[in-house]
Amino acid sequence: MTAGDEDRLVVDGLDVRVGPVGLLHDVGFRLRAGERVGLIGESGSGKSLTALAIMGLLPEGLAASGHVGLAGTDGNLLAAGDARMADLRGRRVSMVFQEPMTALNPLMKAGDQVAEVLAIHARRGGSGGSGRDRDRRALDLLDAVRMHEPDLVRRRYPHQLSGGQRQRVMLAMALANEPDVLICDEPTTALDVTVQAQMLDLIVEGARERDASLLFITHDLAVVATVCDRVLVMYGGRIVEAGPVQQLFTAPRHPYTRGLVASSDLDAVDAAGRLPTIPGVVPAAGTFPSGCVFRTRCERATDACAEPPPWTGQPDDGHACIHPYDDAPATP
Amino acid sequence: MSAARDVVDATGAPVVAGTDETAGVANWSLWIGGGLVGLVVVMALVSFAWTPYDPYFVDVTNRFGGPSPTNLLGTDQFGRDVLSRLMVGARTTLFVGIVSVGVAGVVGTPLGILMGMAPAWLHRILLRANDLLLAFPALLLAIMFAAVFGPSTATAMVAIGIGTIPVFARIARSGTVQVMSSEYVLAARSAGRRGVRLAVRHVLPNIASLLLVQASVSFAIAILAEAALSFLQFGTPSPIPSWGLMLFQAQSVLAVNPGLTVWPGVGIAVAVLGFNLLGDGLRDRFDPRLAGHQ
Repeated sequence: MTAGDEDRLVVDGLDVRVGPVGLLHDVGFRLRAGERVGLIGESGSGKSLTALAIMGLLPEGLAASGHVGLAGTDGNLLAAGDARMADLRGRRVSMVFQEPMTALNPLMKAGDQVAEVLAIHARRGGSGGSGRDRDRRALDLLDAVRMHEPDLVRRRYPHQLSGGQRQRVMLAMALANEPDVLICDEPTTALDVTVQAQMLDLIVEGARERDASLLFITHDLAVVATVCDRVLVMYGGRIVEAGPVQQLFTAPRHPYTRGLVASSDLDAVDAAGRLPTIPGVVPAAGTFPSGCVFRTRCERATDACAEPPPWTGQPDDGHACIHPYDDAPATP
Repeated sequence: MSAARDVVDATGAPVVAGTDETAGVANWSLWIGGGLVGLVVVMALVSFAWTPYDPYFVDVTNRFGGPSPTNLLGTDQFGRDVLSRLMVGARTTLFVGIVSVGVAGVVGTPLGILMGMAPAWLHRILLRANDLLLAFPALLLAIMFAAVFGPSTATAMVAIGIGTIPVFARIARSGTVQVMSSEYVLAARSAGRRGVRLAVRHVLPNIASLLLVQASVSFAIAILAEAALSFLQFGTPSPIPSWGLMLFQAQSVLAVNPGLTVWPGVGIAVAVLGFNLLGDGLRDRFDPRLAGHQ
């Protein structure tokens, strides 16, 4: 893959290993300007790891290889030093984490945390004005994420805020420096349903206003359908299917995607009144089968699946399965 | 050193400041410890402005005077007023504690944070080096210093401080390791924070409660060490009042006047107990889950 004019983020052949154990294999995708892409899969499929690898924040002992390119910056981000990555983080690429309870410094006031993100890059960039300007901008940012009484909230510590308020603070921090790429790692999983919907609106709106590309990591298919244009399905550290939201949900081709879609349909029950599930559990890292990683849980698997399945179709619209379901809409 | 080790063990739990869970439960360690420490502090402060007599004033005609309305705690073998010397001795004691804990904290904390933030291989090397220093007795170091630089309060303070550096480094390290693995540090890094500013803005405030507890415990150990050094003539030299030295001078006349050993002994005991209890109380205050473990 080479970066086109519109590509904001290009990930190509991304492998992550810890010692001899491979955690991500040949992960590749691209985010175009203003595009919203979902990354879905069960826990342990490598979604968060992909995000951390892009950010250059992999835990110690994990080694990434491959290529991560960001529009407007030269070379491979995986090969960039930490000083250079720190300059890009929060300014060009920023991230919202899953747990608003733990992702804010417990000893810093909310407003100070937002202002700090402004200060980090103001100092590096040389422009940015005084601390008072930053405090005012922090207030504006809190207002922009539709925080009630932002002037009150900014003087509070995280433990005095609700989950939804904290997540709004996180979003304000992530959007503070107008990033080109916003990565959201399950940003609504820890919130209750009513707050979830508001958060999703804010994320979509925030990304759209800034023309930022969005990589949205979740295991909630309903959320993906609300937020994203395109979807990448991950399993066992590989992308097993990619496609537009509509098509992927109505006519999943990879048996794993089909299983995911089926198990999120709460109306479909079998004769015993049980919801459909994907048999088995996600194997521990390093214990995935050779060839197709899904074959041990797949009802369509044959001996041929012992060979790694090639990618079929376009990079943005295709799958890695030799026994795909046909294009006929599967579930109404 | 066992008290210091206890705090090291205590770092398995999250570093949380200002918890609400203890509200309503009386924290006796904190209040009693604070009270005893307060007593010593008040004594030292008052001694700057007023003492019953000049603590250096020798009145040979009034040797071994027992407690009396004029000399509340009596006089020593040179006829000096014991209460006055006890009050000025509190000054020495606190001064030694502050400087040695200060030296240990100022040097040990950054070292520990550096250790905790360093890559794994460097972390391991530094940790082993620190363990090596930790095994070296501080008292022995202080005696060495006294032999080389001559015995004085300053030598004792610096030596005790240097001896306590590895203790602080260890505490700061374990706190840092934990804070560095927290999601808010990951979030700060994802916003572009790194290096010294990450340490100062995010790590240090979150391990401050640990360090405070350690400071209180180390303070008690430093007081004891200074008293021991002065007693052995490796610390504060005569005639400057120091509780350890007073104890030494009293024991030379133990057969004649055993009462003289009581007051400096009580002073040392009160100060050490006070700071130890204060340390325990602070730890319970910051991390109620560890309350009652010892």
